[in-house]
Amino acid sequence: MTDQQGDIITFDNVGLRYGTGKEVLSDVSFTLYPGSFYFLTGASGAGKTSLLKLLYLAQRPSRGMIRMFGTDVITLPRNRLPGFRRRLGVVFQDFRLVPHLSAFDNVALPLRVSGVRESELQKPVADMLDWVGLSHRAEAKPATLSGGEQQRVAIARAVIGRPDMLVADEPTGNVDPEMALKLLRLFEALNRLGTTVVVATHDVHLLKKVPESLIMRLDKGRLSDPTGALRFPPRRPPRRDDAL
Amino acid sequence: MSEAPKVTRQVARGFSAFGGERAAQLLPQARLSGPMPWVIAIMITLTVIAAAGGLALSNLASGARAELSGGATVQILQALPQERDRQAAAAEAVLADMPEVSGLRRVPDEELDALLEPWLGTGVDADAVPIPALIDVRLRGEASEAELAGLRSALADVAPDARVDAQSSWLRPVFSAISSLQWLAIALVVLLALTSAAAVWLAARSQLGGNRETIEIIHLLGGSDSQIARIFQRSIAFDAALGGAVGLALGLAAILLLGQQFSGLESGMIDGGGLQLVDWLLIAAIPLAGVVIAMLTARFTVLAALRKML
Repeated sequence: MTDQQGDIITFDNVGLRYGTGKEVLSDVSFTLYPGSFYFLTGASGAGKTSLLKLLYLAQRPSRGMIRMFGTDVITLPRNRLPGFRRRLGVVFQDFRLVPHLSAFDNVALPLRVSGVRESELQKPVADMLDWVGLSHRAEAKPATLSGGEQQRVAIARAVIGRPDMLVADEPTGNVDPEMALKLLRLFEALNRLGTTVVVATHDVHLLKKVPESLIMRLDKGRLSDPTGALRFPPRRPPRRDDAL
Repeated sequence: MSEAPKVTRQVARGFSAFGGERAAQLLPQARLSGPMPWVIAIMITLTVIAAAGGLALSNLASGARAELSGGATVQILQALPQERDRQAAAAEAVLADMPEVSGLRRVPDEELDALLEPWLGTGVDADAVPIPALIDVRLRGEASEAELAGLRSALADVAPDARVDAQSSWLRPVFSAISSLQWLAIALVVLLALTSAAAVWLAARSQLGGNRETIEIIHLLGGSDSQIARIFQRSIAFDAALGGAVGLALGLAAILLLGQQFSGLESGMIDGGGLQLVDWLLIAAIPLAGVVIAMLTARFTVLAALRKML
């Protein structure tokens, strides 16, 4: 497969199995186009979370090749992986906030890990909390936040570093429809700034809210790509019609 | 929701090291309410006492050796008092003329009586229990076998009943015992250092287990192994410094108490076992060494555990 210049990520015949069990992902091949919006769908157990783990470099595949930002990350020494992870934003299904840090410190964490000076991160973090409507809860610990508030802190943390790619696992699963729509608009705003967005969801109604998005459908660990548009995306920004 | 805030790439790709107070906050701080500082405090107390004991023994041995190395004792083993006195006087005269002798002193009879009083009592009949005359000789060099042979040869004619011995030979078994105790102290210090490292290893593993979730989050946010290890290092260094300070204070109190007890014995030999300035500096360095050992152990433990993650 030809690796296109500027591709965010390319999977080529990727397979994943845990231990000696059967493959949870088989022959998965696709290329994510920069600045696009993808929905990853599929029934429970289809392999969405496993595929996301490969995307945010929490797991190596059992076979196949993955290129990220033009680099083969399968053979990359693990001491070089942090640099790639800093270019990703991840919203975990269970939020994974640091329990003894305030909302402010949780959102500031990626910037601090990246080595941003304290004087330079105060305003962006405050702005981000304001953007997700939590500036009044900046000093609150996660345990005192509602599920929706924790979700928004997790999203603010994922997007604060202006990642090249945002990966979100069921980001609207714990919030009411109104908040789900707000969060989706937030992802779209980030997408307009140039970030490639991958949102895993089994909520089919959500897909209709972002008509320009592409759909990656997983079925029993295999990616449905009847037209080949996911594996060989056109040189122009892809449309949903290409993948269907 | 309002327009998205602008976070520039420059802000998002900084170069400032992730460390200090902010990084330390990532681990819950137990400080003195946790077991770690107290375990280290006990280890440091025991190490300080063992090290002080070893250093005091070393000082005692080297002081005694220096004092006795040039010393020789001439005994006139003659039962007849007049003949004993005559040979002693003649030996004194010969020894005084020898260039290798820097000083000599005949031990007065009253002093000998006082030395023997605990065993023989007072008013001993000199004829019934003949006591040899003693001459304490100071040589310019060490009382080697060659030097002693020279003395014996010089005294052979004028004092045929003279017996010449190096003073250090009397204390050889004592020196041997002191040397064994010194090795024991060194072994104790090494064992305590290893035990401290093992305790830190266990504490670091326990902290790793208890904060696994936080570590995974930092890891997935792009935290490097070194960054994560530094967070643990700092936390454990703080615990070790607290424990070290407490341990040093307890150890010093124990040393001063023991020092007072021993100084009460008023034994000339034990007086030589005091601690010098350099010894106190070495003892003061023990908590610092403890902090370094704790930090290195924590670092290697955490790095080894992180290597198992992707």
